[in-house]
Amino acid sequence: MKIIVAIKQVPVRDSQLRIDASGRWIQEEDLSFEINEPDAYALEEALQLKEKHGGEVVALCLGPARATQTIREALAKGADRAIHIEEENTGALDTFGVASLLSSAIQGEKPDLILTGLQSDDLGYGQTGVVMAEILGLPHSTIIMQVEKENESIRVKRELENGWFQHIDIPLPAVLAIQSGISKLRYATLMGIKKAKLKEMKKVTVGELGAPPPATVLIERAYAPQKSKRTQILEGDAKAVAAKLVEKLKFEVRVI
Amino acid sequence: MSGILVVMEQQGGQWHRMSWEALAAGIELGKQSGQPVLAAVPGSEIAALANEAATKAVAKVHAVEHPLLKDYTPDGFTAALEQLIRQHAPTVVLFPHTYQVRDYAPKLATRFGQSLLSDVIHIRADGGTPVFVRQLFQGKLNADFRPSGNGPFFASVQAGAFRADSLEAGSAQVETFTPQLDAAQIRTKPQAPFREAARAVDLTAAEIIVSVGRGIKDKENIHIVEALAKALNGELAASRPICDNGWLPMERQVGSSGQTVSPKVYMAIGISGAIQHLVGMKGSKIIVAINKDANAPIFEVADYGIVGDLFEIVPALVEEVKKAKG
Ligand SMILES: Cc1cc2nc3c(=O)[nH]c(=O)nc-3n(C[C@H](O)[C@H](O)[C@H](O)COP(=O)(O)OP(=O)(O)OC[C@H]3O[C@@H](n4cnc5c(N)ncnc54)[C@H](O)[C@@H]3O)c2cc1C
Ligand SMILES: Nc1ncnc2c1ncn2[C@@H]1O[C@H](COP(=O)(O)O)[C@@H](O)[C@H]1O
Repeated sequence: MKIIVAIKQVPVRDSQLRIDASGRWIQEEDLSFEINEPDAYALEEALQLKEKHGGEVVALCLGPARATQTIREALAKGADRAIHIEEENTGALDTFGVASLLSSAIQGEKPDLILTGLQSDDLGYGQTGVVMAEILGLPHSTIIMQVEKENESIRVKRELENGWFQHIDIPLPAVLAIQSGISKLRYATLMGIKKAKLKEMKKVTVGELGAPPPATVLIERAYAPQKSKRTQILEGDAKAVAAKLVEKLKFEVRVI
Repeated sequence: MSGILVVMEQQGGQWHRMSWEALAAGIELGKQSGQPVLAAVPGSEIAALANEAATKAVAKVHAVEHPLLKDYTPDGFTAALEQLIRQHAPTVVLFPHTYQVRDYAPKLATRFGQSLLSDVIHIRADGGTPVFVRQLFQGKLNADFRPSGNGPFFASVQAGAFRADSLEAGSAQVETFTPQLDAAQIRTKPQAPFREAARAVDLTAAEIIVSVGRGIKDKENIHIVEALAKALNGELAASRPICDNGWLPMERQVGSSGQTVSPKVYMAIGISGAIQHLVGMKGSKIIVAINKDANAPIFEVADYGIVGDLFEIVPALVEEVKKAKG
C-alpha cells in the first residue's frame, strides 16, 4: 500500500500567543513548533497499515523552512520519504489554495491512500483533506477511528456525534481524515533518527507547482476574544482559594 | 445572484437541533444584507420537515428529495446540493457545523472554486459587507474574515453561536427539488450507525461532576482529581485526550463525541475549553474552572475561576471540602 500522509507544523500546545505587527497572525519568533496532533495519529495509522500490508509511507508538508524539523521527525518515526512544499508566506493561501498545492505536489504518485489529520490546531478549518479528495477526484471520509483493508477497498469506522459510530466501505484509492486517538503513538527510536538523515526529502516551491487558485477567504484581523461573561476569579494562595470556593459551593450553590 | 441559502440537517426524519441555529444565522444575515432567506432540507421523504421549516421567517423552503439521499453520503449530498445551488445562485450558503457538514460542505464549496469558512461564531455587518468571525487556536484567538471573489460564499456556524429559541414565525412556500442522481455516482457505502458497549456510568444523572483534562499530565496523577470527586460525592469525567490515552474509559468523556451533561456543578480542571468540550457541558448550572492559563477559553464559560496550578489547588480543595463536611 502506498500511503501519503499530510502533516502540518503548528505552534506547540500551551504556547502564549501574541498578535504580530500585521494584525493578521501571531508572532512566531519565540514559539516552538511541533507536528499537528491529529497528523501524528494519521502518520501512526499509515505506519501501522504499512507494517500490516507492506508498501510505502510518504510524508507531505506545506510550510516554511522551519517545518523541516517536523518532517525529519516523521521520517525518524518510519516514513520512507517526504515532499516539502517550502513556502514562507502561507498566510496568503486559503484552504482551496493549500489543498491545490498539496494535490499538485503528489501528481504522478498514484497513492492507494491519502491520510490527513482531521483538523489543524492553529487554523482549525477541518477540511483540507476533503478538498484534496475533490480536487483529485477521490472518495473520502472524515473523523476516522479505524481503518481495515479488504482487497480493493477499505472499511473505516467513522465517529458520529454523541458517542455513535458507523462503518463505511470505500473503494481505493481514497482520502481519509484521521481523528486523534485512533491508536497509540510511537516514539522515534535512536536508530530511526539516524536512518532519517539518509531518507529523501524532496523540496518543491510554489513557483514550480504553479500558482494556486486565488484566495477568497483570508484572515483580515486576528485578536484576543472579548470576555463576555463575568467570571468571578478567586484569588489568593492555594489554601485561600480552596476555602473561598468551598464557601461558595456550600452557601451559594448549596451542594456541600 | 441573490439570497441566503441555509442547508438544514435531518437524519431519519429527525432534525439536527443545530439546523435551527444555522437558520437563525441566515435570518440575521438576511436582515443585515437585505436579502431573502431560503432553506434547503436534503433527504428522502422529508415533506413534513420541510413544512415545519416553512413556519419560520424564510422566503422559501426547498425540499431536496431523492431516495438516494436517504442515507447520508458525501457524493450524494454534494451532487444534489450542487444542482440546487447552480439553479438558484444564492450569494451565501450557510450550514450548521455538524459532523456531517464537516464531511461534505468543503467538497461542495470546492465545486464552486470556493473555500468553506467553517465554524463561524458571529456575523457582523461592516460597511455594507458581512464580516464573519471564527476562532483560531482552539478558541484562544478570534479572527475576522471578509469574503472576496464572486461567490457563492460558503460558511458553517458553530454549535451554540446563534440562538434558535427566538426564530420568528412565517409562512413560506415549500418547493420540491428533485436532483438528478445515479446510484453509480455514490462511491462510499455507509452501514447502520451503532454505539459501543452499553455505558456503565450515566454522567447525565450526576449532580456534581469533576472533570479532568490534559493539564493532569500523566495517568499516575488522575487520583489527585479523583480524590476531589470522591470528597464532593461527584462523578469523575474527562476531556477527550484523557480518554484517547486510555487514562479513563471513553464512557467518562464529555463533549460533542462523548456525553452531554448539565449538572448543578461542573468543575473543569486542567481543561482548555475547546468548543467540542464546551458543547458537552455549557448547560451546567455552575461551572468552576481551574487552569494555570488565565487566557484559557474555559474561563469564558466559567462562573468561578481559579488561575493556578491544579497540583497545588486540588489537594487544598480536597482538604477544605472534608473540613466543610465535618
Ligand atoms: C470532531 C472532534 C470531536 C471532538 N470531541 C471532543 C469531545 O467529545 N470531548 C472533548 O473534550 N474534546 C473533543 N475534541 C477535542 C477538542 O478539540 C480538544 O482538543 C480537547 O477538548 C482538549 O482537551 P484538554 O482541554 O484536556 O487539553 P488541552 O487543550 O491540551 O488543555 C490543557 C489545559 O490544561 C492547562 N494546564 C496545564 N497544566 C496545568 C496545571 N498544572 N494546572 C492547571 N492547568 C494546567 C493548560 O493551560 C490548558 O488550558 C474533539 C475534537 C474534534 C475535532
Ligand atoms: N500546510 C499543510 N501541510 C500539510 N498538511 C496540511 C497543511 N494544512 C493542512 N494540512 C492537512 O489537513 C488537515 C486538516 O487541516 P485544516 O483543514 O487546516 O484543519 C491537517 O490535519 C493536515 O493533515
